[in-house]
Amino acid sequence: MPQMSDERVRSRLREEDLSLLHEVSMKTAGVSHLEMCIQCGTCGGSCPSAMDMEHTPRMLFAMLRAGMRDEVLRSNTPWLCVSCYHCVVRCPQEVHIADVMYTLKSMAIQAKLYKNSTAPDFSQTFVDMVETFGRSFEFGLASRHYLRHFPLRLPSMMPMGFGMITKGRMAIIPKKIKHMDQLTAILERANTLELTS
Amino acid sequence: MNKYILYPGCSMESSAKAYMESINTILEPLDLHFEEIDDWNCCGATEYLGINLIPAYSLIARNLALASKQMNGTRTVVAPCSACYLNLAKADYYMQERPSLGVKVNEALEAGGLNYVPGTLDVRHLIDVLVHDVGLDAIRSAVVRPLKGLKIAPYMGCMLPRPDYQHRWTDHEHPTELDDLLRALGADVIDYPLTTECCGGHMTQIGPETAFELIMRLVADADERGAHMMVTVCPMCQMNIDAYQNEMNHFFGTDYHMPILFFTQLMGLAFGREPGEVGIGTELVSSRNAMAHIGVEVPVTQEPAAPRKKDEGLPMPRRWTKHEGKEIVK
Repeated sequence: MPQMSDERVRSRLREEDLSLLHEVSMKTAGVSHLEMCIQCGTCGGSCPSAMDMEHTPRMLFAMLRAGMRDEVLRSNTPWLCVSCYHCVVRCPQEVHIADVMYTLKSMAIQAKLYKNSTAPDFSQTFVDMVETFGRSFEFGLASRHYLRHFPLRLPSMMPMGFGMITKGRMAIIPKKIKHMDQLTAILERANTLELTS
Repeated sequence: MNKYILYPGCSMESSAKAYMESINTILEPLDLHFEEIDDWNCCGATEYLGINLIPAYSLIARNLALASKQMNGTRTVVAPCSACYLNLAKADYYMQERPSLGVKVNEALEAGGLNYVPGTLDVRHLIDVLVHDVGLDAIRSAVVRPLKGLKIAPYMGCMLPRPDYQHRWTDHEHPTELDDLLRALGADVIDYPLTTECCGGHMTQIGPETAFELIMRLVADADERGAHMMVTVCPMCQMNIDAYQNEMNHFFGTDYHMPILFFTQLMGLAFGREPGEVGIGTELVSSRNAMAHIGVEVPVTQEPAAPRKKDEGLPMPRRWTKHEGKEIVK
C-alpha cells in the first residue's frame, strides 16, 4: 500500500499540488483526459495483467493526483501494461490510459526509478536495433536480451529458436534501410524536442 | 484494379513470412494492387513509445511522410500487422487531436527533408480493406476449395479492434468481421468469446509468467470448444501462441497442441493454392492434423521437442493440467 508521511499529507492539505498530474498529462500523446479520472476502477477490472501489478491503474492515477512521484515511478504497473486497450475503450472518461502508461515508463527511465531492469532493457535494446538498422532485428534482439536477463530460459528456448531459423522465420543477418542517414537525422532532431503545449 | 499503399512491417520479412507469402497469393484473385512504401522503417512496436515520445512518433511519421509522397490515386495505407496498424493510425490521429504534437514531429521530419500533414492518409488494417472494400461476396466467389469441416477459433487480438479511432468495427470487444470472412471461405467458425483478449504482447520477452497465463487461457479455451486451429490477423499474436506454446506447456505441465495460422493463409488455400505456397508448414505447432479435416496434406516437419510427460521426473508442485478443470493451484 502506498504510504505518505504525515508531513507530506499536511503539506498537501495546505495547498493541493497537481503539478505531477499535469506533467504526466502534458507529456502524453494526444489529449490524455487524465485529469478527468473519476476513480471508478473500470480500468483495473478490465486489465488482464492487473493481478501482477503493484497498483491498479486507478490507484496509480490517484497517486499521481496526490503528487507521489517516487512511488508512481517505482511502481511495476506501467511495465506490466500489455497495451491491449481494454481499459481505454471501457473508460467512461476516455482517459488515454495505455498512453499514460507509456509516459510513466519513459519518466521512470529518465529518473532511473524502475525496480526491475528487464522491461526497460528490452525496450532499449529494441530501440537500439531500430536506431542502427531502421528495422527491428529479432535474432539480435532475442539473443542479447535472453543472454542478459533469462539465461536459464535459453535451454528451453533452443528448440524454438532452432525451429524459427530452420523454417526461415528468423534472419541471422539484419536488414538495413537505404536512407539510414535520413532516419538518424530525424531521430537526432526529435531527441531535442519536447511536448510543451 | 484497387490500389493501396502497403506498409508491411518488420515481422513480414521474418517471423511472419507466411503472412506476406499468403497475402501475395490473394491479391490477384481479388483484383488488388499493393504498392510498398519505399524504404519504410520500423514502427517502433510497443517499445519506442515507452522511451521517448517525440522520437517515437517521428519514427512512425517518417513512414507516413514517405507514403504521402507515393499517393497515386489512393490515400489508403494498408498495414497487415495489428501493432504497425495501430502505431500508424495512432500517430495520425493524435497529431490531429493535439496539433502541437504534429508541429514537433514535423520539426523533426524536416531534419530529413520530409513533412507530413496529419489526416492526409487513411490508415487501415488489411482485414478492414478485405471485408469492407473487397466485400464478402467477392471473397466468396473466389473460393474454389471451401474449408468445410475445419473448425476454427477466430482470434482478432487487441490492437486491431481497440482503440478503433475511426470506428470501423462492429464492436470493440466482440467484433465479428473475422468470423464472417472465415465463414465466407466455408469454414466452421466456433464461438470464441476470448477473440479480443490479449496474447501477452511483449510480455513473453519480459515477464514470461504473465504471458504464459494469457496464452494458456486462449489456447485452453479454443481447445475446449473443439477448435482444430486458431486463426489470427496479427504477427505478434501468431508468434506468441505458436512459438511459445511449447514453453507454455512446459510451464503448466499441459500438452496443448493448438496450431495458429494467418487468415490470409486460409484464404489462399480456399482460393486453390497449395499449402506450401501460402507458408503452411512454417508454423512451429504443426497444422497437419487440422488440415487433414479438409483433406489437405501438409508435409511432416520437425517440431520442437515435445513437453515432458506429466508423471516423469521429480515430483514438482503441479499448477494446472488440462484434465483437472480450470482451477489454478499456485
